[in-house]
Amino acid sequence: MTAPVLIFFVLAALAILGAISLIVQRHPIHSALSLIVVMVALAGLYLLMGAEFVAAVQIIVYGGAIMVLFVFVIMLLNAGVEERTRLSKLATIGGIPLALAFTMVIAAAIARSADTVQAATQTAAVAPTKAVANLLFQDFVYPFELTSFLILVAILGAIVLAQREKERERA
Amino acid sequence: MSDFLTQHADTLITLVKIALLLFIVLTVNAYLTWFERKVVAHIQSRWGPHRVGPHGLLQPLADGAKFLLKEDPTPAGVDKLTYYLAPLMALALALTSIAIIPFGPDPIRIFGRDVYLGIADLNIGILALFAITALSVYGVALAGWSSNSKYPLLGGLRSSAQMVSYELALTMSVVGVLLLSGSFSLRDIVNAQASPRLGFLGWNIFPQILGFLCFFIAAVAETNRVPFDLPEAESELVAGFHTEYASFKFAMFFIAEYTSMITVSCLCSIMFFGGWLSPFPASWTFTHYLPSFILIPFGLWVIWDGIRYETVFGRIVLPGIGTVMAVVGVILIALPSVNEFIQGPFWFLSKIFVFLFVYVWMRGTLPRFRYDQLMAFGWKLLLPVSLANAVITATAIAFLAKGNG
Repeated sequence: MTAPVLIFFVLAALAILGAISLIVQRHPIHSALSLIVVMVALAGLYLLMGAEFVAAVQIIVYGGAIMVLFVFVIMLLNAGVEERTRLSKLATIGGIPLALAFTMVIAAAIARSADTVQAATQTAAVAPTKAVANLLFQDFVYPFELTSFLILVAILGAIVLAQREKERERA
Repeated sequence: MSDFLTQHADTLITLVKIALLLFIVLTVNAYLTWFERKVVAHIQSRWGPHRVGPHGLLQPLADGAKFLLKEDPTPAGVDKLTYYLAPLMALALALTSIAIIPFGPDPIRIFGRDVYLGIADLNIGILALFAITALSVYGVALAGWSSNSKYPLLGGLRSSAQMVSYELALTMSVVGVLLLSGSFSLRDIVNAQASPRLGFLGWNIFPQILGFLCFFIAAVAETNRVPFDLPEAESELVAGFHTEYASFKFAMFFIAEYTSMITVSCLCSIMFFGGWLSPFPASWTFTHYLPSFILIPFGLWVIWDGIRYETVFGRIVLPGIGTVMAVVGVILIALPSVNEFIQGPFWFLSKIFVFLFVYVWMRGTLPRFRYDQLMAFGWKLLLPVSLANAVITATAIAFLAKGNG
Protein backbone atom coordinates (compact mmCIF):
# COMPACT_ATOMS: atom_id res chain seq x y z
CA MET A 1 0.00 0.00 0.00
CA THR A 2 1.52 3.30 -1.05
CA ALA A 3 1.60 6.32 1.21
CA PRO A 4 -1.22 8.30 -0.52
CA VAL A 5 -3.59 5.32 -0.31
CA LEU A 6 -2.73 4.87 3.34
CA ILE A 7 -3.31 8.56 4.05
CA PHE A 8 -6.58 8.37 2.12
CA PHE A 9 -7.85 5.54 4.31
CA VAL A 10 -6.77 7.29 7.52
CA LEU A 11 -8.53 10.52 6.49
CA ALA A 12 -11.60 8.66 5.28
CA ALA A 13 -11.81 6.74 8.55
CA LEU A 14 -11.44 10.03 10.48
CA ALA A 15 -14.23 11.63 8.45
CA ILE A 16 -16.59 8.69 8.98
CA LEU A 17 -15.79 8.34 12.69
CA GLY A 18 -16.30 12.08 13.09
CA ALA A 19 -19.66 11.89 11.36
CA ILE A 20 -20.78 8.98 13.55
CA SER A 21 -19.55 10.78 16.66
CA LEU A 22 -21.48 13.87 15.56
CA ILE A 23 -24.73 11.91 15.79
CA VAL A 24 -23.87 9.83 18.86
CA GLN A 25 -22.51 12.61 21.10
CA ARG A 26 -25.02 13.94 23.58
CA HIS A 27 -23.63 17.41 24.11
CA PRO A 28 -24.02 19.98 21.31
CA ILE A 29 -20.42 21.22 21.75
CA HIS A 30 -19.06 17.70 21.36
CA SER A 31 -21.17 17.26 18.24
CA ALA A 32 -19.83 20.54 16.87
CA LEU A 33 -16.26 19.40 17.60
CA SER A 34 -16.93 16.14 15.75
CA LEU A 35 -18.18 18.13 12.77
CA ILE A 36 -14.92 20.12 12.80
CA VAL A 37 -13.01 16.82 12.63
CA VAL A 38 -15.10 15.85 9.57
CA MET A 39 -14.40 19.21 7.90
CA VAL A 40 -10.66 19.01 8.50
CA ALA A 41 -10.51 15.38 7.31
CA LEU A 42 -12.34 16.42 4.12
CA ALA A 43 -9.81 19.24 3.64
CA GLY A 44 -7.07 16.64 3.95
CA LEU A 45 -8.76 14.55 1.24
CA TYR A 46 -8.92 17.58 -1.09
CA LEU A 47 -5.24 18.18 -0.42
CA LEU A 48 -4.52 14.57 -1.33
CA MET A 49 -6.23 15.15 -4.67
CA GLY A 50 -4.01 18.17 -5.33
CA ALA A 51 -6.72 20.77 -4.81
CA GLU A 52 -4.74 22.90 -2.34
CA PHE A 53 -6.85 26.00 -2.73
CA VAL A 54 -10.11 24.15 -2.08
CA ALA A 55 -8.51 22.44 0.94
CA ALA A 56 -7.41 25.75 2.48
CA VAL A 57 -10.78 27.37 1.80
CA GLN A 58 -12.55 24.34 3.25
CA ILE A 59 -10.73 24.85 6.55
CA ILE A 60 -10.98 28.65 6.55
CA VAL A 61 -14.70 28.81 5.70
CA TYR A 62 -16.17 25.61 7.15
CA GLY A 63 -13.65 24.69 9.86
CA GLY A 64 -13.10 28.31 10.86
CA ALA A 65 -15.93 30.75 10.20
CA ILE A 66 -19.05 28.57 10.11
CA MET A 67 -18.14 26.17 12.91
CA VAL A 68 -16.93 29.03 15.13
CA LEU A 69 -20.37 30.55 14.68
CA PHE A 70 -22.00 27.23 15.67
CA VAL A 71 -19.81 26.92 18.76
CA PHE A 72 -20.41 30.57 19.61
CA VAL A 73 -24.20 30.17 19.46
CA ILE A 74 -24.10 26.96 21.50
CA MET A 75 -21.96 28.69 24.12
CA LEU A 76 -24.14 31.81 24.12
CA LEU A 77 -27.38 29.86 24.55
CA ASN A 78 -25.66 27.63 27.11
CA ALA A 79 -27.37 24.62 25.52
CA GLY A 80 -27.39 21.61 27.81
CA VAL A 81 -27.10 17.89 27.20
CA GLU A 82 -29.72 16.71 24.74
CA GLU A 83 -32.44 14.38 25.91
CA ARG A 84 -32.62 10.99 24.28
CA THR A 85 -35.91 9.81 22.91
CA ARG A 86 -36.61 6.45 21.42
CA LEU A 87 -36.57 6.35 17.65
CA SER A 88 -39.90 7.19 16.09
CA LYS A 89 -41.82 4.33 14.48
CA LEU A 90 -41.33 5.80 11.00
CA ALA A 91 -37.55 5.92 11.51
CA THR A 92 -37.40 2.33 12.73
CA ILE A 93 -39.60 0.85 10.04
CA GLY A 94 -38.69 3.06 7.08
CA GLY A 95 -35.40 4.71 7.89
CA ILE A 96 -33.09 1.87 8.83
CA PRO A 97 -33.90 -0.39 5.84
CA LEU A 98 -33.69 2.63 3.51
CA ALA A 99 -30.29 3.62 4.91
CA LEU A 100 -29.04 0.07 4.48
CA ALA A 101 -30.34 -0.08 0.91
CA PHE A 102 -28.72 3.26 0.08
CA THR A 103 -25.37 2.10 1.45
CA MET A 104 -25.59 -1.09 -0.59
CA VAL A 105 -26.38 0.79 -3.81
CA ILE A 106 -23.40 3.06 -3.28
CA ALA A 107 -21.14 0.12 -2.42
CA ALA A 108 -22.28 -1.72 -5.54
CA ALA A 109 -21.66 1.33 -7.71
CA ILE A 110 -18.14 1.72 -6.29
CA ALA A 111 -17.39 -2.00 -6.68
CA ARG A 112 -18.52 -1.97 -10.32
CA SER A 113 -16.68 1.18 -11.39
CA ALA A 114 -13.54 0.58 -13.43
CA ASP A 115 -11.14 2.81 -11.54
CA THR A 116 -10.96 1.77 -7.90
CA VAL A 117 -9.79 3.80 -4.93
CA GLN A 118 -7.01 5.19 -7.12
CA ALA A 119 -9.42 7.82 -8.41
CA ALA A 120 -9.63 9.41 -5.00
CA THR A 121 -5.90 9.38 -4.38
CA GLN A 122 -4.59 10.88 -7.59
CA THR A 123 -1.85 13.25 -6.54
CA ALA A 124 -1.89 15.06 -9.88
CA ALA A 125 -2.83 18.72 -9.62
CA VAL A 126 -6.55 18.69 -10.36
CA ALA A 127 -7.19 22.38 -9.83
CA PRO A 128 -4.30 24.72 -9.17
CA THR A 129 -5.27 28.07 -7.68
CA LYS A 130 -4.80 29.93 -10.97
CA ALA A 131 -7.17 27.55 -12.78
CA VAL A 132 -9.83 28.05 -10.11
CA ALA A 133 -9.43 31.82 -10.39
CA ASN A 134 -9.75 31.70 -14.19
CA LEU A 135 -12.92 29.64 -13.92
CA LEU A 136 -14.47 31.92 -11.32
CA PHE A 137 -13.49 35.34 -12.62
CA GLN A 138 -13.40 34.80 -16.40
CA ASP A 139 -15.42 31.85 -17.64
CA PHE A 140 -18.20 32.00 -15.07
CA VAL A 141 -17.91 35.56 -13.84
CA TYR A 142 -21.63 36.44 -14.20
CA PRO A 143 -22.99 33.40 -12.33
CA PHE A 144 -20.31 34.01 -9.70
CA GLU A 145 -21.23 37.67 -9.23
CA LEU A 146 -24.94 36.80 -9.19
CA THR A 147 -24.33 34.24 -6.44
CA SER A 148 -22.38 36.85 -4.48
CA PHE A 149 -25.35 39.22 -4.78
CA LEU A 150 -27.70 36.50 -3.63
CA ILE A 151 -25.57 35.88 -0.54
CA LEU A 152 -25.38 39.62 0.17
CA VAL A 153 -29.17 39.93 -0.08
CA ALA A 154 -29.56 36.94 2.24
CA ILE A 155 -27.24 38.56 4.81
CA LEU A 156 -29.17 41.84 4.65
CA GLY A 157 -32.42 39.91 4.97
CA ALA A 158 -31.14 38.18 8.10
CA ILE A 159 -30.17 41.53 9.64
CA VAL A 160 -33.56 43.09 8.79
CA LEU A 161 -35.44 40.15 10.30
CA ALA A 162 -33.30 40.26 13.46
CA GLN A 163 -33.90 44.00 13.84
CA ARG A 164 -37.66 43.60 13.36
CA GLU A 165 -37.72 41.11 16.22
CA LYS A 166 -35.88 43.60 18.40
CA GLU A 167 -38.28 46.44 17.56
CA ARG A 168 -41.24 44.23 18.37
CA GLU A 169 -39.70 43.50 21.76
CA ARG A 170 -39.25 47.21 22.39
CA ALA A 171 -42.84 48.03 21.51
CA MET B 1 22.50 1.16 7.92
CA SER B 2 23.88 3.59 5.36
CA ASP B 3 21.32 2.28 2.88
CA PHE B 4 18.58 3.18 5.30
CA LEU B 5 20.11 6.62 5.80
CA THR B 6 20.28 7.45 2.09
CA GLN B 7 16.80 6.10 1.42
CA HIS B 8 15.11 8.08 4.14
CA ALA B 9 17.44 11.07 4.15
CA ASP B 10 14.70 13.60 3.38
CA THR B 11 12.44 12.28 6.13
CA LEU B 12 15.33 12.29 8.62
CA ILE B 13 16.38 15.82 7.65
CA THR B 14 12.80 17.02 8.13
CA LEU B 15 12.62 15.36 11.56
CA VAL B 16 15.91 16.96 12.61
CA LYS B 17 14.68 20.32 11.35
CA ILE B 18 11.42 19.96 13.30
CA ALA B 19 13.31 19.12 16.49
CA LEU B 20 15.70 22.02 15.97
CA LEU B 21 12.96 24.52 15.19
CA LEU B 22 10.92 23.35 18.18
CA PHE B 23 13.94 23.81 20.45
CA ILE B 24 14.70 27.26 19.05
CA VAL B 25 11.08 28.45 19.20
CA LEU B 26 10.57 27.26 22.77
CA THR B 27 13.85 28.85 23.92
CA VAL B 28 12.99 32.11 22.18
CA ASN B 29 9.56 31.90 23.81
CA ALA B 30 11.12 31.57 27.24
CA TYR B 31 13.47 34.50 26.71
CA LEU B 32 10.69 36.53 25.13
CA THR B 33 8.95 36.49 28.53
CA TRP B 34 12.18 37.75 30.12
CA PHE B 35 12.55 40.41 27.42
CA GLU B 36 8.94 41.50 27.84
CA ARG B 37 9.21 41.79 31.61
CA LYS B 38 12.46 43.72 31.35
CA VAL B 39 11.20 46.17 28.71
CA VAL B 40 7.82 46.76 30.37
CA ALA B 41 9.63 47.23 33.70
CA HIS B 42 11.94 49.85 32.25
CA ILE B 43 8.98 51.61 30.60
CA GLN B 44 7.41 51.79 34.07
CA SER B 45 10.67 52.83 35.81
CA ARG B 46 11.24 49.47 37.50
CA TRP B 47 14.09 46.98 37.29
CA GLY B 48 12.16 43.89 36.25
CA PRO B 49 13.47 40.39 37.05
CA HIS B 50 17.02 40.65 38.44
CA ARG B 51 17.27 38.10 41.25
CA VAL B 52 17.57 34.77 39.42
CA GLY B 53 20.88 34.80 37.60
CA PRO B 54 22.71 37.87 36.29
CA HIS B 55 20.18 40.48 35.07
CA GLY B 56 17.48 37.88 35.81
CA LEU B 57 18.66 35.79 32.85
CA LEU B 58 17.76 32.51 34.57
CA GLN B 59 14.23 33.70 35.36
CA PRO B 60 12.69 31.79 32.38
CA LEU B 61 14.25 28.56 33.70
CA ALA B 62 12.82 29.20 37.15
CA ASP B 63 9.41 29.95 35.62
CA GLY B 64 9.59 26.77 33.56
CA ALA B 65 10.42 24.67 36.62
CA LYS B 66 7.56 26.32 38.49
CA PHE B 67 5.10 25.50 35.70
CA LEU B 68 6.23 21.87 35.63
CA LEU B 69 6.21 21.28 39.38
CA LYS B 70 3.08 23.15 40.45
CA GLU B 71 0.01 21.21 41.51
CA ASP B 72 -2.43 20.85 38.64
CA PRO B 73 -5.96 20.72 40.06
CA THR B 74 -8.93 20.10 37.77
CA PRO B 75 -11.93 22.17 38.87
CA ALA B 76 -15.18 20.38 39.64
CA GLY B 77 -17.79 20.14 36.89
CA VAL B 78 -15.51 20.86 33.95
CA ASP B 79 -16.16 19.19 30.63
CA LYS B 80 -13.15 16.84 30.84
CA LEU B 81 -12.52 16.18 27.14
CA THR B 82 -12.66 19.80 25.98
CA TYR B 83 -10.94 21.04 29.13
CA TYR B 84 -7.86 18.94 28.33
CA LEU B 85 -8.16 19.37 24.56
CA ALA B 86 -8.25 23.19 24.54
CA PRO B 87 -4.67 23.96 25.67
CA LEU B 88 -3.36 21.15 23.46
CA MET B 89 -5.16 22.60 20.44
CA ALA B 90 -3.94 26.12 21.15
CA LEU B 91 -0.31 24.98 21.45
CA ALA B 92 -0.35 22.52 18.54
CA LEU B 93 -1.86 25.04 16.12
CA ALA B 94 0.50 27.82 17.19
CA LEU B 95 3.54 25.57 16.69
CA THR B 96 2.22 24.24 13.35
CA SER B 97 2.00 27.73 11.90
CA ILE B 98 5.71 28.32 12.55
CA ALA B 99 6.51 25.30 10.34
CA ILE B 100 5.26 27.14 7.24
CA ILE B 101 7.58 30.14 7.68
CA PRO B 102 10.70 30.09 5.45
CA PHE B 103 13.73 31.48 7.30
CA GLY B 104 16.19 32.09 4.51
CA PRO B 105 16.54 32.54 0.76
CA ASP B 106 18.27 29.55 -0.82
CA PRO B 107 18.67 25.97 0.30
CA ILE B 108 22.01 25.39 2.02
CA ARG B 109 24.14 22.38 1.16
CA ILE B 110 24.88 20.04 4.08
CA PHE B 111 26.56 16.68 3.36
CA GLY B 112 25.78 17.05 -0.32
CA ARG B 113 22.07 17.66 0.16
CA ASP B 114 20.03 20.79 -0.36
CA VAL B 115 18.35 21.74 2.88
CA TYR B 116 15.65 24.42 2.93
CA LEU B 117 15.61 26.82 5.85
CA GLY B 118 12.07 26.05 6.88
CA ILE B 119 10.02 22.89 7.27
CA ALA B 120 7.16 23.05 4.79
CA ASP B 121 7.60 25.08 1.62
CA LEU B 122 3.94 25.29 0.57
CA ASN B 123 2.76 27.03 -2.55
CA ILE B 124 -0.39 28.04 -0.65
CA GLY B 125 1.72 29.19 2.34
CA ILE B 126 -0.29 32.22 3.31
CA LEU B 127 -3.64 30.44 2.86
CA ALA B 128 -2.44 27.54 5.01
CA LEU B 129 -1.47 30.06 7.71
CA PHE B 130 -4.93 31.62 7.57
CA ALA B 131 -6.48 28.16 7.81
CA ILE B 132 -4.49 27.49 10.98
CA THR B 133 -5.41 30.91 12.37
CA ALA B 134 -9.08 30.17 11.65
CA LEU B 135 -8.87 27.00 13.72
CA SER B 136 -6.94 28.56 16.61
CA VAL B 137 -10.10 30.30 17.84
CA TYR B 138 -11.22 26.96 19.26
CA GLY B 139 -8.39 26.74 21.78
CA VAL B 140 -9.54 29.90 23.51
CA ALA B 141 -13.28 29.47 23.01
CA LEU B 142 -13.36 25.87 24.23
CA ALA B 143 -11.11 26.63 27.19
CA GLY B 144 -13.55 29.33 28.24
CA TRP B 145 -16.61 27.15 27.80
CA SER B 146 -15.31 23.91 29.32
CA SER B 147 -14.06 25.53 32.55
CA ASN B 148 -17.61 25.63 33.99
CA SER B 149 -17.07 29.11 35.39
CA LYS B 150 -18.52 32.55 34.61
CA TYR B 151 -15.44 34.61 33.84
CA PRO B 152 -13.79 32.09 31.52
CA LEU B 153 -17.08 31.70 29.64
CA LEU B 154 -17.27 35.48 29.11
CA GLY B 155 -13.63 35.48 28.02
CA GLY B 156 -14.23 32.65 25.59
CA LEU B 157 -17.28 34.38 24.09
CA ARG B 158 -15.42 37.64 23.74
CA SER B 159 -12.49 35.95 22.09
CA SER B 160 -14.53 34.05 19.52
CA ALA B 161 -16.44 37.20 18.57
CA GLN B 162 -13.22 39.24 18.42
CA MET B 163 -11.20 36.71 16.46
CA VAL B 164 -13.96 36.10 13.88
CA SER B 165 -14.36 39.86 13.39
CA TYR B 166 -10.67 40.65 13.01
CA GLU B 167 -9.95 37.63 10.85
CA LEU B 168 -11.85 39.34 8.02
CA ALA B 169 -9.69 42.46 8.18
CA LEU B 170 -6.58 40.28 8.52
CA THR B 171 -7.37 38.35 5.35
CA MET B 172 -8.48 41.40 3.35
CA SER B 173 -5.38 43.39 4.27
CA VAL B 174 -2.98 40.96 2.58
CA VAL B 175 -4.91 40.92 -0.72
CA GLY B 176 -2.82 43.88 -1.91
CA VAL B 177 0.42 42.03 -1.23
CA LEU B 178 -0.88 38.91 -2.98
CA LEU B 179 -1.85 40.98 -6.03
CA LEU B 180 1.60 42.57 -6.16
CA SER B 181 3.50 39.30 -5.91
CA GLY B 182 1.02 37.09 -7.79
CA SER B 183 1.57 34.09 -5.52
CA PHE B 184 0.44 32.55 -2.24
CA SER B 185 3.90 31.19 -1.53
CA LEU B 186 5.77 33.08 1.20
CA ARG B 187 9.06 32.50 -0.60
CA ASP B 188 7.69 34.04 -3.82
CA ILE B 189 6.26 36.99 -1.89
CA VAL B 190 9.72 37.81 -0.53
CA ASN B 191 11.46 37.25 -3.87
CA ALA B 192 8.97 39.59 -5.58
CA GLN B 193 10.21 42.37 -3.27
CA ALA B 194 13.87 41.92 -4.17
CA SER B 195 15.42 44.78 -6.11
CA PRO B 196 19.24 44.70 -6.27
CA ARG B 197 19.55 48.43 -7.00
CA LEU B 198 16.97 50.00 -4.75
CA GLY B 199 17.34 47.91 -1.58
CA PHE B 200 14.58 48.61 0.90
CA LEU B 201 12.68 50.87 -1.52
CA GLY B 202 11.44 47.75 -3.31
CA TRP B 203 9.66 46.39 -0.23
CA ASN B 204 5.89 46.05 -0.14
CA ILE B 205 5.61 48.48 2.75
CA PHE B 206 5.70 51.50 0.44
CA PRO B 207 2.79 50.68 -1.88
CA GLN B 208 1.03 48.77 0.93
CA ILE B 209 1.38 51.02 3.98
CA LEU B 210 -2.41 50.89 4.56
CA GLY B 211 -2.40 47.15 4.16
CA PHE B 212 0.45 46.83 6.64
CA LEU B 213 -1.28 48.95 9.29
CA CYS B 214 -4.51 46.96 8.91
CA PHE B 215 -2.62 43.68 8.96
CA PHE B 216 -0.59 44.49 12.03
CA ILE B 217 -3.56 45.80 14.04
CA ALA B 218 -5.72 42.81 13.07
CA ALA B 219 -2.87 40.41 13.82
CA VAL B 220 -2.38 41.90 17.30
CA ALA B 221 -6.11 41.40 17.87
CA GLU B 222 -5.87 37.81 16.62
CA THR B 223 -3.10 37.04 19.08
CA ASN B 224 -5.15 38.54 21.96
CA ARG B 225 -2.45 41.00 22.96
CA VAL B 226 -2.74 44.51 24.43
CA PRO B 227 -4.64 46.66 23.48
CA PHE B 228 -6.94 43.86 22.28
CA ASP B 229 -6.55 41.45 25.21
CA LEU B 230 -10.20 41.56 26.21
CA PRO B 231 -10.53 37.76 26.45
CA GLU B 232 -8.24 37.93 29.47
CA ALA B 233 -8.86 41.45 30.73
CA GLU B 234 -7.64 40.95 34.29
CA SER B 235 -9.46 43.93 35.75
CA GLU B 236 -12.82 42.62 34.51
CA LEU B 237 -12.53 38.85 34.07
CA VAL B 238 -9.87 37.71 36.61
CA ALA B 239 -7.76 36.03 33.89
CA GLY B 240 -10.40 35.41 31.24
CA PHE B 241 -10.45 32.11 29.41
CA HIS B 242 -7.52 30.58 31.30
CA THR B 243 -8.70 31.44 34.83
CA GLU B 244 -9.33 27.78 35.70
CA TYR B 245 -6.09 26.48 34.21
CA ALA B 246 -3.02 25.96 36.35
CA SER B 247 0.48 24.59 36.05
CA PHE B 248 1.54 23.26 32.67
CA LYS B 249 -1.87 23.58 31.02
CA PHE B 250 -1.66 27.32 31.68
CA ALA B 251 1.90 27.29 30.37
CA MET B 252 0.61 25.76 27.12
CA PHE B 253 -1.68 28.75 26.53
CA PHE B 254 1.20 31.02 27.43
CA ILE B 255 3.58 29.36 24.97
CA ALA B 256 0.87 29.38 22.29
CA GLU B 257 0.38 33.13 22.73
CA TYR B 258 4.08 33.91 22.49
CA THR B 259 4.55 31.55 19.54
CA SER B 260 1.79 33.29 17.62
CA MET B 261 3.49 36.62 18.42
CA ILE B 262 6.61 35.22 16.72
CA THR B 263 4.57 33.97 13.74
CA VAL B 264 2.93 37.37 13.28
CA SER B 265 6.32 39.09 13.45
CA CYS B 266 7.65 36.66 10.81
CA LEU B 267 4.63 37.31 8.58
CA CYS B 268 4.92 41.10 8.91
CA SER B 269 8.54 41.05 7.86
CA ILE B 270 7.92 38.52 5.04
CA MET B 271 4.96 40.28 3.50
CA PHE B 272 5.78 43.94 3.98
CA PHE B 273 9.45 44.29 4.93
CA GLY B 274 11.21 42.02 2.47
CA GLY B 275 11.74 39.04 4.77
CA TRP B 276 15.39 38.07 4.63
CA LEU B 277 16.32 40.74 2.05
CA SER B 278 18.92 43.29 3.06
CA PRO B 279 17.65 46.91 3.14
CA PHE B 280 20.76 48.01 1.25
CA PRO B 281 21.51 47.79 -2.49
CA ALA B 282 23.34 44.61 -3.45
CA SER B 283 26.44 46.56 -4.54
CA TRP B 284 27.08 47.76 -0.97
CA THR B 285 29.02 44.65 0.02
CA PHE B 286 30.50 46.35 3.08
CA THR B 287 27.08 46.08 4.75
CA HIS B 288 27.69 42.33 4.90
CA TYR B 289 29.96 43.00 7.88
CA LEU B 290 27.08 44.58 9.81
CA PRO B 291 26.42 41.43 11.92
CA SER B 292 30.06 41.53 13.06
CA PHE B 293 29.93 45.27 13.74
CA ILE B 294 26.98 44.64 16.04
CA LEU B 295 28.22 41.42 17.67
CA ILE B 296 31.80 42.49 18.52
CA PRO B 297 31.07 45.80 20.32
CA PHE B 298 28.03 44.28 22.07
CA GLY B 299 30.12 41.30 23.18
CA LEU B 300 32.86 43.59 24.49
CA TRP B 301 30.26 45.65 26.35
CA VAL B 302 28.81 42.50 27.95
CA ILE B 303 32.33 41.47 29.07
CA TRP B 304 32.94 44.94 30.53
CA ASP B 305 29.57 44.91 32.26
CA GLY B 306 30.15 41.34 33.49
CA ILE B 307 33.49 41.83 35.25
CA ARG B 308 31.92 44.55 37.45
CA TYR B 309 28.77 42.50 38.27
CA GLU B 310 27.82 42.10 41.98
CA THR B 311 27.62 38.29 42.14
CA VAL B 312 30.46 35.86 41.43
CA PHE B 313 28.15 33.84 39.18
CA GLY B 314 27.49 36.91 37.04
CA ARG B 315 31.22 37.73 36.92
CA ILE B 316 31.78 34.28 35.35
CA VAL B 317 28.71 33.94 33.09
CA LEU B 318 28.39 37.41 31.60
CA PRO B 319 32.01 37.70 30.35
CA GLY B 320 31.59 34.17 28.96
CA ILE B 321 28.54 35.19 26.91
CA GLY B 322 30.34 38.36 25.81
CA THR B 323 33.40 36.39 24.67
CA VAL B 324 31.23 34.01 22.62
CA MET B 325 29.53 36.95 20.90
CA ALA B 326 32.83 38.69 20.10
CA VAL B 327 34.42 35.45 18.84
CA VAL B 328 31.41 34.75 16.57
CA GLY B 329 31.75 38.29 15.22
CA VAL B 330 35.44 37.74 14.46
CA ILE B 331 34.74 34.37 12.81
CA LEU B 332 32.17 36.02 10.53
CA ILE B 333 34.82 38.51 9.33
CA ALA B 334 37.38 35.73 8.90
CA LEU B 335 35.14 33.34 6.93
CA PRO B 336 33.37 35.17 4.06
CA SER B 337 31.40 32.06 2.99
CA VAL B 338 29.80 31.70 6.43
CA ASN B 339 29.21 35.44 6.54
CA GLU B 340 27.47 35.29 3.16
CA PHE B 341 25.17 32.54 4.42
CA ILE B 342 24.34 34.41 7.63
CA GLN B 343 23.07 37.55 5.81
CA GLY B 344 19.54 36.30 5.09
CA PRO B 345 18.80 34.91 8.55
CA PHE B 346 20.46 37.97 10.14
CA TRP B 347 18.13 40.45 8.46
CA PHE B 348 15.10 38.23 8.96
CA LEU B 349 15.79 37.80 12.68
CA SER B 350 16.51 41.52 13.10
CA LYS B 351 13.14 42.41 11.57
CA ILE B 352 11.37 39.82 13.74
CA PHE B 353 13.10 41.30 16.79
CA VAL B 354 11.87 44.80 15.91
CA PHE B 355 8.26 43.58 15.63
CA LEU B 356 8.51 41.68 18.91
CA PHE B 357 9.78 44.86 20.52
CA VAL B 358 6.79 46.77 19.09
CA TYR B 359 4.49 44.16 20.63
CA VAL B 360 6.07 44.64 24.05
CA TRP B 361 6.21 48.41 23.61
CA MET B 362 2.46 48.49 22.95
CA ARG B 363 1.84 46.37 26.02
CA GLY B 364 3.82 48.83 28.12
CA THR B 365 2.13 51.96 26.81
CA LEU B 366 -1.38 51.41 25.43
CA PRO B 367 -4.59 51.11 27.44
CA ARG B 368 -7.10 48.35 26.67
CA PHE B 369 -10.06 48.94 24.34
CA ARG B 370 -13.58 48.87 25.71
CA TYR B 371 -15.55 45.99 24.21
CA ASP B 372 -17.92 48.08 22.07
CA GLN B 373 -14.98 50.22 20.90
CA LEU B 374 -13.18 47.04 19.87
CA MET B 375 -16.09 45.82 17.76
CA ALA B 376 -16.78 49.25 16.24
CA PHE B 377 -13.09 49.66 15.39
CA GLY B 378 -12.86 46.27 13.73
CA TRP B 379 -16.05 46.44 11.68
CA LYS B 380 -16.44 50.15 10.94
CA LEU B 381 -12.83 51.18 10.40
CA LEU B 382 -10.43 48.29 9.87
CA LEU B 383 -12.56 46.22 7.48
CA PRO B 384 -13.59 49.11 5.17
CA VAL B 385 -10.01 50.44 5.06
CA SER B 386 -8.55 47.04 4.18
CA LEU B 387 -11.26 46.55 1.52
CA ALA B 388 -10.49 49.98 0.07
CA ASN B 389 -6.79 49.09 0.04
CA ALA B 390 -7.52 45.91 -1.93
CA VAL B 391 -9.67 47.79 -4.46
CA ILE B 392 -7.13 50.62 -4.90
CA THR B 393 -4.25 48.16 -5.35
CA ALA B 394 -6.19 46.09 -7.88
CA THR B 395 -7.17 49.20 -9.85
CA ALA B 396 -3.61 50.53 -9.85
CA ILE B 397 -2.20 47.21 -11.01
CA ALA B 398 -4.81 46.95 -13.79
CA PHE B 399 -4.00 50.48 -15.04
CA LEU B 400 -0.25 49.95 -14.89
CA ALA B 401 -0.57 46.66 -16.76
CA LYS B 402 -2.62 48.42 -19.45
CA GLY B 403 -0.05 51.21 -19.70
CA ASN B 404 2.78 48.72 -20.15
CA GLY B 405 0.88 46.44 -22.52
